[in-house]
Amino acid sequence: MSRNVLIAQAALWLGCALSAWPQQNFDNVQIRVLPVQEKVYMFVGAGGNTTVQVGKDGVLVVDTQYAQMAPKIMAEIRKLSDKPIIWMVNTHVHQDHTGGNEALSKLGGPGPGQAPRIIAHENVLNRMTQPVPNQPSIPEAMWPNDEYATPQKDIFFNGEAVVIYHMPKAHTDGDSIVFFRRSDVISAGDIFTPGRWPVIDLARGGSVQGTLDALNYILRLTVPARYQDGGTLVVPGHGRLCDESDVVEYRDMLTIVRDRVQDLIKKGMTLEQVKSARPARDYETEYASDFRTVDQFIESVYKSLSEKK
Amino acid sequence: MGKFRCLLVATAAVLCSAPVFAQVDFTGEWAPLYHEDGPERGPGPELADYTEFPINDAARMRADSYDADRISVVQEYQCRPHGADYALRGLGQIRIWRDIDPATQRVTAFHVHFLAWDSERTIYVDDRPHPPEEALHTFQGFSTAKWEGNMLTVWTTHLKENYLRRNGLPRSDKATFTEHWTRHADYLTITTVIEDPVFLTEPLVRSDNWYLDPGQHIGIFGCEYAAEVPRPEGTVPHHLPGENPNLHEFANWYGLPFEATRGGAETLYPEYQSKIVGYHPPAKCTRYCHCTSLFNCNVDR
Repeated sequence: MSRNVLIAQAALWLGCALSAWPQQNFDNVQIRVLPVQEKVYMFVGAGGNTTVQVGKDGVLVVDTQYAQMAPKIMAEIRKLSDKPIIWMVNTHVHQDHTGGNEALSKLGGPGPGQAPRIIAHENVLNRMTQPVPNQPSIPEAMWPNDEYATPQKDIFFNGEAVVIYHMPKAHTDGDSIVFFRRSDVISAGDIFTPGRWPVIDLARGGSVQGTLDALNYILRLTVPARYQDGGTLVVPGHGRLCDESDVVEYRDMLTIVRDRVQDLIKKGMTLEQVKSARPARDYETEYASDFRTVDQFIESVYKSLSEKK
Repeated sequence: MGKFRCLLVATAAVLCSAPVFAQVDFTGEWAPLYHEDGPERGPGPELADYTEFPINDAARMRADSYDADRISVVQEYQCRPHGADYALRGLGQIRIWRDIDPATQRVTAFHVHFLAWDSERTIYVDDRPHPPEEALHTFQGFSTAKWEGNMLTVWTTHLKENYLRRNGLPRSDKATFTEHWTRHADYLTITTVIEDPVFLTEPLVRSDNWYLDPGQHIGIFGCEYAAEVPRPEGTVPHHLPGENPNLHEFANWYGLPFEATRGGAETLYPEYQSKIVGYHPPAKCTRYCHCTSLFNCNVDR
């Protein structure tokens, strides 16, 4: 099977998943707000988690869920701050993290003629502006307007350094993690989704090794407060609030499954044989996802490891 | 107020306060008793000994993959404490103290300090709700309790992933457990019932005992990460499926059929004995024969 066919298949999966998301009924979805620590809050609703930092300078939002959720997100932000949204960050391109860019900008931005700055790695902008067959184009108002192409981008906001690191070829090729240094919180995007199979979006430049590199990078930044509890807290792309030891468990799972699949590839097994061997079967009762089956996860690992370097 | 009325009021006060004083006081310094499961709790369990655990296939495979090198190679594991459920049977003494609401004189919380990793745990007895599901999990979890007569029944959620046994048998972060605390004079018994939808097919029931030791002094545990075995970043020691060389060790040492060491709900019940074919126990005990405390588990006798 050619690489193009593999990528097309992967794109088809993700396309199906992405097109399924907007079909959700958002009417009954409530935003649950969890204070993380210091100036940072985690908003759980539909789609990916949203991280919100508030302070004297205004509001910073990491990931915007879906457009339909914007009024509810804004209502919860207003309970924390009456200041405008000055910054937004998109951790990656997927619609469940970027869908509210435009709506939230309009609802919470600084005012007429002034839009929040939307930071993302340039590959997010490239992906958003690239036409995808059979998919409607993404309106310009949803695009990042402050893209970066360096290993990291720093801003200082609400009295703390906010460092945005690019994680190359991880969940996608445009992943960022956001480190609130004084609050000691990392917003990890879909590089880290505890309890859910990792989605390695090969069609958008993701890879299993890049995801592992990113997880290990997060572990370099995290410092537990006492015997692996607390300290640096991590807001995952989906799922509950976490800290270092949760990232370790997830990293270990992905490392072990990678090693097993690599071993089976070395033994000459085909993709179907690898799937039949169920190399992640000891994780099947722990990990699940609405958008990814274990077979799809194993397939993405297999294909990622089989790609020519 | 007449003498009779005073007596009536005093009697009523005593009667009304009776439920408060019926609450058992667990405070004090408690030393562990190792007469149950001594080898497991002292020197540590044998590798691949899954007996007495109602585990599923996922737990079994996870444990088969476990390589104890992980504890030294992965720095984040070096100071990882026992979870609240395992801490009760792990090594060391405990100290219990309590909070009392001055307005009602009712106990509002118990606190437990464990020698191991200086872990501390709070058990709320004030009807507060548990945190939302997306809240942070910790190794000690979030515990609330209610009195059932003189027994304190504790319910714990929000646990981090940990272990059922220190040989890699996993316990997930979706597990919850119930404890029943009972005190008989100077003895404390805590019975735990662990439910884990990820790794257990039935609840796991265990009990642990302590005796009151007012002269006990719990020292500082202390733990600091260090690169003990330099390896490339991201290394996670594990055994590939079918390549763990230690899986038959336990069965061979004790003359057990291998299948009987693999755990599972069926193996917990007496009827399972009739299924064990060809069991020839060693003529003489050679390993962990007289293990009743931390320091007398001699592997060679």
